[in-house]
Parts: sequence; C-alpha cells; structure tokens
Amino acid sequence: MINLTIDGINVSVSKGSTILQAAREVGIYLPTLCWHPDQAVKANCRVCVCEVEGNRLLQAGCSTPVTEGMVVKTKTPQVIEARRTILELILSNHPQDCLNCIRNQNCELQDLANEYMIRDNPFELKVRGYKLDRSTPSIVRDQDKCILCRRCIDACSVTQSVFALGVEGRGVNSMVVPTMGLPLMESPCVLCGQCIHACPVGAIYENEQIDEFLAAVADPDKIVVTQIAPAIRLAIGEEVGMNTGELPMEVFVTGLRQMGFDHVLHTNFTADLTILEEGNELLNRLKEGGTLPMFTSCSPGWINFCETFYPDLLDNLSTCKSPQQMFGSLVKTYWAEKMGIDPAKIYSVSIMPCTAKKYEASRPEMNSSGYRDVDLVLTTREIGRLFRMSGMDFNQLPPSDFDSWMGKYTGAAVIFGATGGVMEAALRTVYEVVTEQELKDVNFTGVRGMEGIKEAAVDLNGTEVKVAIAHGLSNARKLMDQVRSGESPYHFIEIMACPGGCIGGGGQPLTKANKKRAERIEAIYVEDEGMPIRKSHENPEVKIIYDEFLHEPLGHKSHELLHTHYHAKNKRYL
Amino acid sequence: MDYKEIIASYADKPGGIIEAFHAVQSQLSYLPREVIAEAAQVFNIPVSEAYGVASFYSMFSTEPRGKNIIRICESAPCHVAGAAEVVQALERELGIFMGESTADGLFALEFTECVGQCQATPVITINGEPYLDVNAATIPGILAKYR
Repeated sequence: MINLTIDGINVSVSKGSTILQAAREVGIYLPTLCWHPDQAVKANCRVCVCEVEGNRLLQAGCSTPVTEGMVVKTKTPQVIEARRTILELILSNHPQDCLNCIRNQNCELQDLANEYMIRDNPFELKVRGYKLDRSTPSIVRDQDKCILCRRCIDACSVTQSVFALGVEGRGVNSMVVPTMGLPLMESPCVLCGQCIHACPVGAIYENEQIDEFLAAVADPDKIVVTQIAPAIRLAIGEEVGMNTGELPMEVFVTGLRQMGFDHVLHTNFTADLTILEEGNELLNRLKEGGTLPMFTSCSPGWINFCETFYPDLLDNLSTCKSPQQMFGSLVKTYWAEKMGIDPAKIYSVSIMPCTAKKYEASRPEMNSSGYRDVDLVLTTREIGRLFRMSGMDFNQLPPSDFDSWMGKYTGAAVIFGATGGVMEAALRTVYEVVTEQELKDVNFTGVRGMEGIKEAAVDLNGTEVKVAIAHGLSNARKLMDQVRSGESPYHFIEIMACPGGCIGGGGQPLTKANKKRAERIEAIYVEDEGMPIRKSHENPEVKIIYDEFLHEPLGHKSHELLHTHYHAKNKRYL
Repeated sequence: MDYKEIIASYADKPGGIIEAFHAVQSQLSYLPREVIAEAAQVFNIPVSEAYGVASFYSMFSTEPRGKNIIRICESAPCHVAGAAEVVQALERELGIFMGESTADGLFALEFTECVGQCQATPVITINGEPYLDVNAATIPGILAKYR
C-alpha cells in the first residue's frame, strides 16, 4: 500500500494507483474529460491537473501514479486557474450553440464550463468549420464539436476492433476522422454507435428521426404501428427520471399510445419466433452436416462486422432475419391480414436500443412484405426525448396492454436484450424439442454476465452441443479467428456487437460506464423471472402464427418472410 | 521500383513504415491512398493508424503535388533576411501561390521551419538540397536546373 495525503486527508491505496483513483477513495472528484472508467488513460485534456509537492509543474491526476509520502493539492487557486484556462482553450474552437445541441444538459464539457464559471472567455472563438458527416443512416458526426479526447477512438479500436476512427494531422490541426479521412460510410464502421456513448460532447450522435415519426402520426392515411425491442423497457426509465427497470411495461405502452401510436406491438413476439426458426436451423445443421458453428444474426452491428471483416464466414451466419425485420415483414402480411388492414397504409416504427438497426431497416433486401418492412427506427434516446417533450408523468399514467397477434411474449424473448440471452432462450427451446422432456431449470446461468467470452456445453440426448457467447466485437474477433483457422470447438456462437448486448446498444440512454450495463442486465433477468411463460415455443401467439400462417419452422412461408442472405461489404480500406 | 516492392523492402524493420513512406514519396512525391493501405497491410496495422502516421508528419503529403518540392524557411532569421521577397519571386516565377503545385506537375511550393543554415539566410531547399543566400535575382537560375 502507498500512503499519501490529498488536500490534507490521509489516503492509502494500492501501488500503481493514480492520483485520480486515490482522490476518489476519499470522495474528492477531479474534473475529467478524456478519462473514461472503462478505457486506458489518455491524459490529453489536462483538465484534472493538481499540485504535487516537489513538482514545479502541475500534474495530470489521471496519469500520475501515487508515491509514498506524496502531498497532493487539488483545489488551490493555482489549480483552479489552470483548469479554467484549459477549459477556455478547449472552448475557444468549440461551437457555442449549446441550445441547439443534442447533448445540451448532458454534456461533460458544458458541465465543467458551468462548474468552473467560464463567463468571458479571453480567447477568441474560432470554430473550425467542418461539414456535418451524414453519410450513414445511423450516426452523425459533427467534427466542429470534437475536443480530441479520443474516447471514441478507444471504443472503436479497443472495445470493437473496428478501427474506423483515427487521428488525422497534428497539433491544433489534428482531427478525429474515419479511415483515410473519408466519410464514415466509406470507412469500416459497423454503425454500432459505441462511439456515441464514449463521446463527452455532441460530436457524435444518432441520426434523429423524430420529425418523420410526427409527420406519420399527423397523416390521417397512415396507421402507425410500433414494435419495442427487448432491451428498451428497462432502460427507458433512465430517460424519464426513473431508475433502471423501474418503468412498468404496461405504463410504457400507455405512454406510446399517448404519443400517437395506433397499435402497440412487441418485437419480443418475433424474438420468440426467431428462437423457433433459429433453433430448428441449428438442429438441421447438426443433423445434416450444415456449416458449423452457426452464428446468431440478431445484432445488425455484428452482421455489418461479419460482412466487412469475415466475408468468408457468411455461410456460418444463421439465415434468420433479426427480430426487428421478422416483425417488419409479418406486420404488413400476417398481421395486416388478421386485422383486415391495407398493408399499404401501415407505417411500421420500431423502437430499438441500436443505431445499426436504422441501417438494417434501410437494406434494399428488407422488403419481403412487398413494402419497406420497417419504415422508421427510433432509438431509446429518441423515444425518451419524445416522452420528455410531451410532459407525461409516468407515475400517474394508467397501465394498458399490448395489442393482439404480435404482442405476446415470454421470458425467453425478454432476455434477448442481454449478452447470452439469445443463447439461453435457444437452449430452453432446443433442449425440449430434442429431448422431448421438460426442462426442469430454465436458468442457464453460465451464459449470463459481463465476461467477454463465455462458453457452455449442453447434453442433448447424448450429443454434446458446445456453445460460446461473445459481446463487444473485439471479443467476437477472437472467436471468429478461431473459426477461420478451423480450430473452433463450438457448434453455436452468439455474438452481440455491443458490450453487455443490446442493453448497452448504441441507441440506449447514454452509458458512461460498463457498471450501468451490468445494472440493466440484472433488471432484464428480474423481468424474465417474473414472466409466467419463459420458453419461446410456449408463446400462445407463436403457436397461432404457425397454425394459421407459417405452418412450420423453416417452411416455405418462413423462408420467404423470415430469412435472408448476406453480402460481403468489400470496403476499400480496413 | 513499384511501390509495393519498396514497402515490402522495409517490412522487417521496426517502425519501418516511416522509412517506407519516405522511400515511396521520393518516387511519387506524395503518398496516395493505395500506398497507405498497402503499408498498413505490410506492417499489420489498421489503415486508420497508417493514415494517422502519414498525415502526422509535415514531411509527408497525402495530397498529390509537384515533383520538385521547393521549401522556403519561414523562421525568424530568414524572415529578417528577406524571405518574403524570395516567396514573391518564387510565386511569380512559377505562377502559383505557396502551398500549390504547378499545372505541369513539376514544382510544389511549401513553407518549412528552420533547416539549420542560418549562417546564410534566406534559405530554400529543393528536394532536400539547400540553397543558401538566395534572393529574387538568383531564383530563376536555380529553378532552371529542374526544368
């Protein structure tokens, strides 16, 4: 242990700790911008500077290791003046249009400018004058706002191993840019949106499409139908001033009706359906010597990753569309028929934790209903904004139920939102289909949790099926390299692009630390525990759709509506 | 030599990407995207990182430019000795402004920091070769050697 004093308080911390870590131990919080709890230290913004006795210059708290007997002062006039100058310099080329900024009141730079009372900045404002990058349907980049902290680069490179972002140039002219300084869409970006969570300011954000939603609601000829992804309910509370998981589903449904959705349905229904299709696909591949290991295909960021970096492994991907797209093709065929609604009038909106879903919905092949299957994708954050502008008090709203035919779901669908959830849901069904015995304990706890790569083995009537789960694309890359070299021992691999799975998706309420992701995962398993039915094949509406419409998993209709093909992305620069 | 061969010849050197870039640039006078992508592959780093290296150093250009690179020192000693007149003479003689290249692809005009020849200011370099005590009158003669 190392002993030191910070602002006169004695602190003992383990060797290798930084001043910033030691200060937090005793409740002293240094201001930070480039520092991120889940990333390596960068020490480029300097706003955490402190006085260290014996040093002529101020030291960055985030990167200075503690030493025995060190005397640190974090709030002297000299320190405060230095921090203010640093903030003034950062603000000297940062557009001062906070009122119009998507991160207004949720911005680390704005918070610090306020805390440090930046009033009359002595430095002349010189905005760099970059153009917005709107090349992707998912993510917008506003380089003028960038403070060069490089947290997005860390998320893109270390967490996701996509390397779509890097630094161009040097010094005052340097800028974070997509590969080769090209528009984001031409870089290897997979649109996962983890850079959005990493950004302390408004330099990267989702493509906001609330106006398109409002226009559809205002159009009397449109019937606006929504689907809600499994990971939304527990996180949306965070957007309306509640705790994670605190907003009851039925109240959320009422809130959506109030916003103008004519029919509120659930992606969880097609999550259950996915399990039937994907589970049977796996059993077919096992039986008939198909390509193994089979990869899950629910996560569009992961699909983009596989199409970009592993085009040789596309045959391993399950041909199942994601639950969002299964829902999209069914709502304008099966559901329209059942409801007696002209599918041409249906405007299908999905509420997703995901920025890549916006891209997925715009894929040209996603039109098997004869229309664009999903007309609009709104992220959790966008729905949060809609709710906030509507002034609804969720403590007072009465509950209401989902609408029929594509609104019922099981606990297996609920856990689709967490890493390991699709695997667990699949195992619950596959086990019972193969063994024809009731699964005594539906909890496969070994596949749960935040560990980067998890594995398990299940005995199916004497056949051992080996499965693996990865979340975060750098973990996925490890499993994929194994498959590519022919050394993968697995039969079935679940990949979710985002750390923690969809609960940590690029469209979720801004997630400043992995700790939050773990909290959301907990909430999701609580919801699963509370569901009366926890196996996808027992969903009564799923039984109805097979009886009346699809007839059998992997049947003719399923292939037409629920399955897809993948294409190598052939990006020029990786 | 083709740029792929040039890059490959540095493959085993630690940090060889910088030397490879210098070698390719001496042939092509700038680093086209294909060169950066090839170097990324050879040195087994992401293209975004190789591009970061190429764009970091002022000695490298990622934009096409003239074959003979004329740099004029903009540091204080040359400035005092009349670098501004030399700039004017170069711009007039070549018909381009600083930072531009001639239409025939023969010359590029750039500023540089001090090149360490302050005993004989103003100084210009052409393709790394220093010319000392230059003035407006000596510029046409110097340029003639490269035409």
